[in-house]
Amino acid sequence: MKKELVVSAIENGTVIDHIPSNAVYQVIRLLGLEKYEDEVLIGTNLKSEKLLRKGIIKIKNKYFTNQEINKIALVAPAATLIKIENYEVIDKREVEIPDHIENFVKCMNPKCVTNNEVVPTRFNVVDKSDLKLRCHYCEKITTKETMRFTE
Amino acid sequence: MSNLKGRNLISITDFNKEEYLQILDIAEGFEKNPKQPILNDKVVATLFFEPSTRTRLSFESAANQLGARVIGFSNPAATSASKGESLHDTITMVSSYSDLIVMRNPIEGSSRYASEVASVPVINAGDGANQHPTQCMLDLYSIRKTQGTLDNLQIALVGDLKYGRTVHSLVQAMCNFNATFHLVSPTELKLPSSVKMSIKEAGLKYYQYTDIKDIIGVADIIYMTRVQRERFPDLMEYERVKDSCILTADILKGCKENMRILHPLPRVNEITTDVDATPYAYYFQQAQNGVYVRQALMSAILGVR
Repeated sequence: MKKELVVSAIENGTVIDHIPSNAVYQVIRLLGLEKYEDEVLIGTNLKSEKLLRKGIIKIKNKYFTNQEINKIALVAPAATLIKIENYEVIDKREVEIPDHIENFVKCMNPKCVTNNEVVPTRFNVVDKSDLKLRCHYCEKITTKETMRFTE
Repeated sequence: MSNLKGRNLISITDFNKEEYLQILDIAEGFEKNPKQPILNDKVVATLFFEPSTRTRLSFESAANQLGARVIGFSNPAATSASKGESLHDTITMVSSYSDLIVMRNPIEGSSRYASEVASVPVINAGDGANQHPTQCMLDLYSIRKTQGTLDNLQIALVGDLKYGRTVHSLVQAMCNFNATFHLVSPTELKLPSSVKMSIKEAGLKYYQYTDIKDIIGVADIIYMTRVQRERFPDLMEYERVKDSCILTADILKGCKENMRILHPLPRVNEITTDVDATPYAYYFQQAQNGVYVRQALMSAILGVR
């Protein structure tokens, strides 16, 4: 029997696959897709061999820079990024947690200058497997459990 | 020899081992001859956004003894910060009035940020619970002066090892000198695992204790800190452990001859006053060394040493 696509194919654009189901909406927010005006197809709680339940997002006529896409590695470390042109896969790769993170993660320390003055956040990633970010300013560690994103 | 001219000192890890030693050597010269008019064309701004006695006075004394003019404030209520001016704007303005900024601010990371905004070098004089690198430099100076070396020493750290920023910086700095660490604290106030990790990464050893008596015979340096009652959610627990980190003249019997006691001050009751008259007490000289070390830092960063 021919497999049927649950979320229909796109002609040109990007597919982000293998997103943990509970992170789909975070990925949408991180990439600013709420404001994207072309078609965005979202699937969640789909059956997956890699993850028990996965999410998938297809974004028509949109390609991302590495910097943009690596943001999502923080919430979806196993995500796969697929570039589509004329319904063909032209590039496929896994997302990577970057060495430095700027602007979109909040420091967990309420006394940090980034939470008290208008200062963009900056972190060095000190542990990629057990996600630990050291604040460039207050030097405190933000972990997966204490991580919040800037609005 | 490194050229430290124009450098910021925000965190103790901003300088390397050779640079620590370079500053200590310069400070030795100032100890012999502290009054030298080598900064008489310089203006040093001391911005103290929270109260401080020793740090501010020793910076200002250090600058004055070298002939620099000192401008600044010790009470932010009297500045435009109290009117809601951003740190960015305050620092930009002060940069144009001075050759060097010394800043204490309770906001953590504020000094690093100030150094990115300022057009002149910034020395961190304490940013909340984060870093206080000039205290660490004067601790290193005091250790070297009393022991004749920084290498291969047995360093005991006593008291609040969890929140004490001076302890964390000193551990990081002494990891460069093959130290062995003896950590004495109530269970609630143990050294954080991230700091223990830096000891392990340096390939060095640490031992943990809950009673100060256990380290008296081995230590070359006993670095005391205050155990604050506010750190304990349960007052009963504080009452139970508070005496285990108090140093008395009686306990000192059996210590090594060369052993010296350091304390970043202010002291409350963790060192009883009968210790002051023993040859092991060094905490007041330690505070005095702060002037020479700050003279060394300011003159190196301003490029005249």
